[in-house]
Order: sequence, then structure tokens, then C-alpha cells
Amino acid sequence: MVGAVAIPKICGIETEYGIVLRGVSESNPIAASSMLINAYVLELESQPVDPTTKVGWDFEDESPGNDARGDVPVGSLAPEVETHLVNAVLTNGARYYVDHAHPELSTPECADARTVVAYDRAAEVILERSMRAARRILPDDQEIVVYKNNSDGKGNSYGCHENYLMDRAVPFGRVVAHATPHFITRQLYTGAGKVGTEAPGLSAEDVPYQLTQRADFFEEEVGLETTLKRPIINTRDEPHADAQKYRRLHVIVGDANMAEAATFLKVGTTALVLAMIEDDFLPREFILAKPVLAMREVSYDLTISKPLELAAGGTVTALDIQWELFNRAKKYADEYGLSCVGELVGQNLLDRWEHVLATLESDPMGLAGQLDWVAKYRLLEAYRDRNDLGWGDTRLRAMDLQYHDLRRERSLSGRLGLERLIGDDEVERAVEEPPDDTRAYFRGKCLQRWSEDIVAANWDSLVFDVGTDPLRRVPMMEPTRGTKAHVGDLLEECATSAELLERLGS
Amino acid sequence: MAERELKRRQTPKRDDEEIDEAPAPAVSETGEKIKAELDDLLDEIDDVLETNAEDFVKSYIQKGGE
Repeated sequence: MVGAVAIPKICGIETEYGIVLRGVSESNPIAASSMLINAYVLELESQPVDPTTKVGWDFEDESPGNDARGDVPVGSLAPEVETHLVNAVLTNGARYYVDHAHPELSTPECADARTVVAYDRAAEVILERSMRAARRILPDDQEIVVYKNNSDGKGNSYGCHENYLMDRAVPFGRVVAHATPHFITRQLYTGAGKVGTEAPGLSAEDVPYQLTQRADFFEEEVGLETTLKRPIINTRDEPHADAQKYRRLHVIVGDANMAEAATFLKVGTTALVLAMIEDDFLPREFILAKPVLAMREVSYDLTISKPLELAAGGTVTALDIQWELFNRAKKYADEYGLSCVGELVGQNLLDRWEHVLATLESDPMGLAGQLDWVAKYRLLEAYRDRNDLGWGDTRLRAMDLQYHDLRRERSLSGRLGLERLIGDDEVERAVEEPPDDTRAYFRGKCLQRWSEDIVAANWDSLVFDVGTDPLRRVPMMEPTRGTKAHVGDLLEECATSAELLERLGS
Repeated sequence: MAERELKRRQTPKRDDEEIDEAPAPAVSETGEKIKAELDDLLDEIDDVLETNAEDFVKSYIQKGGE
């Protein structure tokens, strides 16, 4: 077994949540999102044990307009610089903020897919607590409700984006060639399910139910946009790390999942496919004739068998592509090991991936405990059957929304017995504590101990104000450094942030 | 490049379905069995479901994002 060349696939998820202020005639989503997050942060601050911060976000190194392709085609405009009204950096290393008209939470940088699942669950807990905190502030007849989904059913979509650390040296064309077929076909297990369609020109009669929330919204193969003309491959080139060495692949095609197994598969398979791309371990290219159409074809095909046209002629099914990727991944594990995605996590991932592909072939409904689209479909089918409803009945759309309700007492997904990968204790820990094995550890621990001395934070730096000196910026350009192994002892030994800065020599 | 012919599982193109048809021929469980398994759950969620589905769905509007 030789060591893999691929760099560690540090990864994370940023989720925009749907939000409604109930009890008012006109709900202002920006104000509601701000209130939600402020309510949470204020409540934390009143607890001296947990000094989560009012630390501002530092935009100095952010450049969302940079394009991974280098030469940006004429007419491809950079998106507006995002405006963030409320920003909090949490002690678990996450960022919690208002993005446009939604509350959004970015998990801390995680070393593997399992850890991402833990922090994604922690995010749900944080949103749930935020709702409760807001309820204490709002009049009795008003309530803020948050949904973890990706569409309002009226053509408005909001994202659940993934991020993966990649080696800058990998040609971007190779990423596009191999990530595209994965993104199209992983929908088989990443889909959160949706009643009807929002694609122009199609109606619920054409598509009564589909695998994903997002497939309706993709119009381009490659591009920089996230809100208009959404591309399958997003080229935002903003590594939040040493730009000479790294790129951060920003993935916008995914659904927000309620099922932990779906999140695990989504992030885990993608990290592994990207590692194989980095190591040039995918000899077979699946260049689809019409990738944008294929996104929808896969999402609309509940038979999971529809052939997709290849550019070179011939056809292939989504499962064929997934089996090929899986078989290569197994071979990759044998030859290179799985250290870049976590050895143990990688092995678990391969087992689950294989099981899910085999079951999708033989008995898709058998995956109701693991995949959202199956769990939701089964529930809706049972309800339809009992009440003799057609797919066009509004009650099914209501249940579709309510599947994603983050209030425990209202959640439908929470009642379906979805498999848990992460225990409650571990989720609770992830609400407060950063992961041990990325730079998020340094960020989170510094905020736990010295939040009053930290005036700004972002993904790749912390800015300290320790009194008389000028502000001190501590750069964190290496996502794999600042771990417990690197700085755990150092942080323990320092009584004050001034001492830490002195020891760091900054 | 290790090309191979892909012939397996080429099912015919699915016709557009009527809105009231169950859309999933791939489903191996019958409606009856699903119903039995989910019966208790359905009893339970009847109390949890939004009371006015029409209003709920209509008023859920999300603009701006990403």
C-alpha cells in the first residue's frame, strides 16, 4: 500500500434555512433571521459558562468573485459581494449569520464526513434553540419557524453548499470532467425528495414527486453564479487558505438532508471522488451529452433506471456511474489507503455506499431509514393511500414542507425512525466544542477562552486586541494546522491571550 | 481508457404520468404493506399536521438567498 498523494479532504457544509415569522400579515425574512440569531447569541451571553461571542466577521480576505477557471469568460459576472447583517462566530468554530434573507450556519472545518454529520446535527440543535430563544422575545401570538429544506415550492431555492479542500495543482478541467457525473448521479442518495416540480414548462402532472429539492434549479454546466443560472460546477475560487497550495471546491448542487446517512454519503462519497480526481485514479470519463438535463432526468426518475445519453454515443444509467465510482474507490482504498478521508470513516463509507447502491437496485423502499427521498415518499404514499388523495393534493405539499420543520414537536422527519449515526451526547458536544483535528480547534478554543480579546474572526485568521498594542492578526492559512495535537498544550499553558500571542511570536 | 459496453438495465423511457398515479414502478413493497407499517405513525401525525394546509403552503414564500 503506497501513501495517497491527495491532500486531506477537509470539508464542511453551509446551510441556508427557510424562515417564516408566523402571526403577522407580512413576514420580513431579513428581520426575522436577524432576530433569530441575535436571540440565540444574547441568550448564550447571559450564561457565563459559555461565553460565545459578539465577535465580528472579518471580510478582509474574502473574495467571492474569484473564478477557479482563471480566465473568466466575458459576460460571466461576479456575484454581488454578500452582505451579512448579523454575524456570530461560535465556540464550536462555526459561523452563524444572516445571508440575504435566510439564517445560515456554516459548520467548522471537519476532517471527515462523519464529523460533518455531527456538526450538521449540532446546527439543527442551534437553530432549534434559536427558535425557542426568539419565542421568549416575541409577542405570544408570534413565532419564528425554521425549515431545513431548499425550496419554497414556488420557484425560490436556497442552498446547502458543501466545501472541500483540494490541491491547487489539480487541473480544474479534470475536476469538472469527473465531479460533474458524480454530482448528477449522487442524487440517487442525496435527494431530500420533493412533491411536484418548479422547472419552467413542467407541471406537477409531469413530475408528481422527485428525488431532489434542487435539480429543478440548475441551468449551466460550469459557472460562478449561485442564485441565477446556477451551474452544476461552481467556480467560486476563494480558498480561505493558502491560495498557492489550495483550492476550495464549492459545491452547490446538494440538498439539505434530514437523514444523517444521506449527509454522510453525500459528503463522504464526494470527498473520496475528489481524492481520486486529485490522484488521477479515474480512468473512465463519463461525459454526458446533456448534463443539465441529466440532473433533472435522474431526479425525476423514480424507477432509478433511466438511461442517460453519453456525449460519445451510447447510454449509461446513474447507478452504472455510481457503481463505477464505487469500484474505483474500493480499488483506491486497497492501493492508497483512505487516510485523506479518515481510514475508519472511509471504510464505513465504502460499506454503506455499496449497501445503498445494491439496495437502490433491488429494493429502494428498503432505504426508508437512510435516505430522505425514500422516507418522505413512503410517508406520502401511505397518507395518500389512507385518505385517497391524488399527488396534486395540497396536503401533500404541506407534509413535504413539514418534513423539514426543525421544531421537534412538529417535525415529520423526526418521527420516521431515520437511522442515527451520531448519538445525542456527541451532538451536544458539537454544539459547544470545535473538532479536534482542524484549525477550527484553534478558533473555537480561543473564542471559549478569550472572546473578549478577539475583535474579529474569519476562516483563516483571528484578530486580537490585547490592550495597548496595535491589533494583532493571527493568520491560519493551513486548515490542517491549529489542531489539538498542534496547539492543545500551548493553549493550556497560556493564561492570557497576550501570552498566547507572545508564544506564537506574532 | 477502460471502456466497456453498457447494456444492462436499459429500461424503456417512462411515459409522463397522470397526476394521480403512483409514480414508482421500482417500488417493491405494496401499498398495503406500507400502509400497515405506517398506520400508527399516520395516526400520530394527524395531530401534528398543519391544520390549514392550503394557507400554510401558500404563505411559505422564500425570496433571496445563496
